[in-house]
Amino acid sequence: MATRQTIAEGAAPRVPLFYDPRVRGIAYQLLVFIGLFAFVYWIIGNTAANLQRANIASGFGFLEGRAGFDIGDSLIEYSSDSTYGRALVVGFLNTLRVAFFGIITATIVGFLVGIGRLSKNWLINRICLVYVEVFRNIPPLLVIFFWYFGVLSVLPLPRDSIGLPFGSYLNSRGFYFPKFLWGDGSWLVLLALGLALVFSWFVRRWAYKRQMATGEPFPVLWTSVALIIGLPLLAFVVTGFPLNFEFPALSTFNLRGGVQIRPEFLSLYLALSFYTAAFIAEIVRAGVLGVSRGQTEAAHALGLRNGQSLRLVVIPQALRIIIPPLTSQYLNLTKNSSLAVAIGYPDLVATGGTTLNQTGQAIEIVAIWLIVYLGLSLATAGLMNWYNARMALVER
Amino acid sequence: MQEHDLSFVRAEMAAVEPPPTADRGLVSWMRRNLFASATDTIFTIIGIALVVMIVPPLIQWAFINAQWTGTDRSACATVAQGGNQPDGWSGACWAFVDAKFQQFMFGRYPVDERWRVYLAAFLFVILLVPMLAPRVPRKGLNAILLFIVFPIVAYFLLVGGAFGLVRVATPLWGGLMVTLVLAYVGITVSLPLGVLLALGRRSHMPVVKLVCVVFIETIRGIPLITVLFMASVMLPLFLPPGTSFDKLLRALIGVALFASAYMAEVIRGGLQAIPKGQYEGADALGLSYWKKMNLVVLPQAIKLVIPGIVNTFIGLFKDTSLVYIIGMFDLLGSVRQNFSDANWASPQTPITGLVFAGFVFWLFCFGMSRYSIFMERRLDTGHKR
Repeated sequence: MATRQTIAEGAAPRVPLFYDPRVRGIAYQLLVFIGLFAFVYWIIGNTAANLQRANIASGFGFLEGRAGFDIGDSLIEYSSDSTYGRALVVGFLNTLRVAFFGIITATIVGFLVGIGRLSKNWLINRICLVYVEVFRNIPPLLVIFFWYFGVLSVLPLPRDSIGLPFGSYLNSRGFYFPKFLWGDGSWLVLLALGLALVFSWFVRRWAYKRQMATGEPFPVLWTSVALIIGLPLLAFVVTGFPLNFEFPALSTFNLRGGVQIRPEFLSLYLALSFYTAAFIAEIVRAGVLGVSRGQTEAAHALGLRNGQSLRLVVIPQALRIIIPPLTSQYLNLTKNSSLAVAIGYPDLVATGGTTLNQTGQAIEIVAIWLIVYLGLSLATAGLMNWYNARMALVER
Repeated sequence: MQEHDLSFVRAEMAAVEPPPTADRGLVSWMRRNLFASATDTIFTIIGIALVVMIVPPLIQWAFINAQWTGTDRSACATVAQGGNQPDGWSGACWAFVDAKFQQFMFGRYPVDERWRVYLAAFLFVILLVPMLAPRVPRKGLNAILLFIVFPIVAYFLLVGGAFGLVRVATPLWGGLMVTLVLAYVGITVSLPLGVLLALGRRSHMPVVKLVCVVFIETIRGIPLITVLFMASVMLPLFLPPGTSFDKLLRALIGVALFASAYMAEVIRGGLQAIPKGQYEGADALGLSYWKKMNLVVLPQAIKLVIPGIVNTFIGLFKDTSLVYIIGMFDLLGSVRQNFSDANWASPQTPITGLVFAGFVFWLFCFGMSRYSIFMERRLDTGHKR
């Protein structure tokens, strides 16, 4: 017969060491640590042996070597005589460029479509729904291929370029538009623009203070628009129109002059924008729907007009819901820009891949990729978190 | 005082009047939904213009002008391009898809052995359909068959090399088959791995937590292509000299690890949404850690994040197309590969192939998202406030 154990007053219960959660926890962690350590040790040993066998010297010294490959699309000076390091910088800048323009376009299209999804207008609603459902359910790589092989590469050859307004052209080598040639005194225009921005910031602050003190509103938006457009325009007129255009001109086989945007960039940019816009649209829709109806009704009850209730009540609350997922979409777009390698747009992954093939420095290249993309992710996340913290609900 | 005679009581019901004509019928519907205000009317007109601009040319291209039959590129090229079509013709080249259909499905899998793929696909459908239909009983047995027995059977069926089946090396695989294999393995590996990672991230043990956080955040911070590159370039470096590793397996490992990091974050969201009382209640009942998770926390947490899980599955399915970049030919890859077939090269070939591939991808992803909505409604047992 089992005897019932009684615990004496004051004495701790005797738990076998094996069942003590703290001891167990430490044991598990020790196990994980030892396992991980052994795994890493094994990998490092193998890697060292493999590298020795393949006669590859590790280290970042290879970045100084001559790259020997050309890059079609570069924001900075680059030739095949440049170093590998410079090639990677070119790739990095190209990644940033496509991500920057893609994010802007995707945000605009996404917000438009997202608001369209909320429209009471049946037709607009359906069109936006079809857009979202189509783009959300196909791979981004396919969208990129679609633009590159399906649309841009079947455009006519340069000599039959399609003429577009403002002296721009479209052909199978890309999109050409006039180059802006700024003359003397154009820095004044830039200065005027800067001044206008500063002024409108002060106007906004002053108007806010005045409204808080006296309750009188001030048309901040229109003042700012007038400032931002008017001041540079004034400077432009005063300096005597220091702007010329270099129009792309047709020569025998190609267009000369102007600015060329290559089809690789164009298809990547268009594909990423349209693809990501579908996701942003859904986020915007969810954000606006997430603000309860009572908020709009309360705003109306306070006597705010439609626009005011949207601007002052609904949008600030919707943004609070929208921003975190929007951040991850921006990051996704940046990461998806690495698909560039499939169509030969020289981004970081493409130039890194070429370097990797030529030098065999797999570990270093992958480390560079990791650092750059992780850095971009952390930077974007940090920026958006800061914005999010400003927007967040201020609680007692 | 005057007495009123109130004896009149209406005996018959008043005839039901028709609702006001303005509230019924097409015209009123249109008035309410399309032309409610001046701005609405403008938007409707813009919308109609958009539809007119896109839909008729699309139908014209995809059906009316399309070339359905043909044996080579001359069927889909204009006279100037060396074909039979009149100049200025533009239509889908379905003949190309028809001719290459087997390749889009199986890649270069030997023709005589394709019955094995059919059989594997048949088994998969037979096991999957009852798994998805909520009414069919014996889900446990079904899950064991689908997730444990089926992979083994399918491995021997597709790869061969045993039971008298000819070995078919994975470089010969291609097309939709590779897409589905990648997606199936990715899904079956990433869900349990994601759960483990999510539990690890919420664990109180600092070492376990740190390992999981570093893994999840690193993978989530980099593009899938770099993970695939890593799997294809670094994995051979990490293994003892002389070990050769199947390319498909490398891609599988890359895709599965990538998806599991995202899955872990989705599931962590679910875990965080479970009230603390549930954990404490399970502790009070004396359940061990794994019993607490398995019986109390995870069933509630996973139910909450089904949309997120399916979204990750859809993302994974779409991401399988990236294996093209490391030199494997899934559905999109084999379509892309066939653009350069000189026998079929014409301006219409790429776009037709891409539209076809897009439609197949769309069907799978759209199906998954619809099923997730259905499941969400079914399992909605009022957790939401």
